[in-house]
Amino acid sequence: MTVLTTAARRGRQPSAPGLWHPSVMTKVMLAVAILLSIFPLYWMIVIASRTNSDAVAVPPPFLPGGRLGENIMAVINNPDAHFLTGLTNSFVVAGIVTVSVVIISTLAGFAFARLRFRGSSLLLLTILLTMMVPLQQMGVVPLYRLMVSLEWTGTLKAVILPYLLNGFGVFLMTQYTKQAVPDELVEAARVDGASTLRIWWNVVLPAVRPGMAVLGINTFMLMWNDYMWPMIVLTPDNPTVQIAIQSLNERFSTNYVLIFAGTALSIIPLVLVFIAFGRQIVGGIMEGAVKA
Amino acid sequence: MSLHLDTRGTPPTRRAAPGARTRRRQRPSRWRTVFDLRVMPYVLVSPYFILFAAFGLFPLAFTLYYSLYDYDLAGTIEWTGLGNYAGLLADEKFWNAVVNTVGMFVLATVPQMLLALMLANALNKRLRFRLAIRLSVLLPLVTSVVAVAVVFTQLFARDWGLVNWFLGLFGVDPINWRAERLPSWLAIATMVDWRWTGYNAIIFLAGMQTIPRDLYEAAAIDGASQRRQFWQITLPMLRPTMIFVVLNSTIGGLTLFAEPTTFYSGNVDGGSVGQFQTVAMFIVKQGFREFDYGYAAAAAWLLFLLILIGALVNFLLIRRIGGTK
Repeated sequence: MTVLTTAARRGRQPSAPGLWHPSVMTKVMLAVAILLSIFPLYWMIVIASRTNSDAVAVPPPFLPGGRLGENIMAVINNPDAHFLTGLTNSFVVAGIVTVSVVIISTLAGFAFARLRFRGSSLLLLTILLTMMVPLQQMGVVPLYRLMVSLEWTGTLKAVILPYLLNGFGVFLMTQYTKQAVPDELVEAARVDGASTLRIWWNVVLPAVRPGMAVLGINTFMLMWNDYMWPMIVLTPDNPTVQIAIQSLNERFSTNYVLIFAGTALSIIPLVLVFIAFGRQIVGGIMEGAVKA
Repeated sequence: MSLHLDTRGTPPTRRAAPGARTRRRQRPSRWRTVFDLRVMPYVLVSPYFILFAAFGLFPLAFTLYYSLYDYDLAGTIEWTGLGNYAGLLADEKFWNAVVNTVGMFVLATVPQMLLALMLANALNKRLRFRLAIRLSVLLPLVTSVVAVAVVFTQLFARDWGLVNWFLGLFGVDPINWRAERLPSWLAIATMVDWRWTGYNAIIFLAGMQTIPRDLYEAAAIDGASQRRQFWQITLPMLRPTMIFVVLNSTIGGLTLFAEPTTFYSGNVDGGSVGQFQTVAMFIVKQGFREFDYGYAAAAAWLLFLLILIGALVNFLLIRRIGGTK
């Protein structure tokens, strides 16, 4: 085996002709995958830029019309839709949760990865075990009763607080810190008289920044798409974006153009961010998958 | 701990020259140093555990507590012991939700894993426009879940939906996707797979790239076909990644809520006879439409049990796949 491996290394190109070259089948498959990924979004834009009679036409339209801006304005200006409130609320909720989860996880991850304290492995094990529990789904009843007794139902606090808890985040940052911050670095900083918090700020944080980005993107997506808990605890006049789309869907069930313009409006900001930071996001997801 | 003490004890001999500098910088008093080493770690992990107590432990414990009581619309509360659990196990509607959840989970996950593996294998080739291709298959992930479910619900509409129109080109009669059990499961599984296949493919791709390329080149020289390389090198080496992906899909799939709810315009009934009501929808219906908190809480514990079973089954399954070398 080793002989063969070195032989292969020596004559890399001729030894395995076409091993990494995509076949025609591969290319076709990729083309289909890309087409299927993009098509529903394309079709959403097609309907969102047309009229209601186009939306139910047979055969269906395949090219965008010219009314996208007009239809989106109709959603924004519809007083019953609360669409801008929904978008802003979602940004606020997802933003606050993301920042908090990243900070909490980086602190705890540093402690678990590089500090020695009694009971640390037991505490980490607790986190690993509870990571499997879908707390927000399982605990809906008591969480709801808690929010009622605090009179927090209908407020963003009720959506934010239960999600500050993120065991996956602590686990990810523990693994990441172990990889990115060598023990010697922490010890050297200690010898120089740096306190634990200063080491966290000056040594750990700069080194784990890619890990923080992965966790941040992950958390933001999770919060942006959360639906069940906000549906239970919020009211339609102070919604998150998912609730706003759903109420459009319920109240204007035959006004397809209005609904589709709403969905387009809820998707476009994220898609733009995604394209702008595409390289980092793809790299981050792949790196996170291997390290965790 | 021993490491700290070591370095602190040695400076006079080992770091003779910068000794003065170290002493000058070690301004914090002895008490502060002890506090920093002994107590600070607990301070750093405390935010997580305080939140865990408030929003993790408390809801779990109280879900158990609620599940032992009987609530009704009038507001009377009565101890029933395990009555809610017994009621659920005898409740046809609960079993219907369990069957739907597991059915849709299998219908979505099996093709999703196969497609994701194939896609990852394709992405692992030497390609032009690599970033653009990866971005396109990841695109579904960044769309918002309810919006996508709305779009797919229109695609699957009976009279003028694009899917029926397309099938009609091949002479298939229009299918009423929402009315029947299997078609509704298929439509919902399609929404789930559209969203997650590309993401899982990218995760698999990350795993594949950690496999040394020499292995494949050696296998190719030995005359192993690409198909055989995939089964004998890629799959076994990908086991850790597969466990991660499958456990994730298990939790997500068994708590499915947004897609089937949107498929019925935001209603948690899951169709006219509950043909696509999932357990998560059942919990919301019992707890927040009929205000039977005890029944909903008991159902939540049974859902957790279902997830544990699902995770265990999948874990064992993957261990076998990886083991057949």
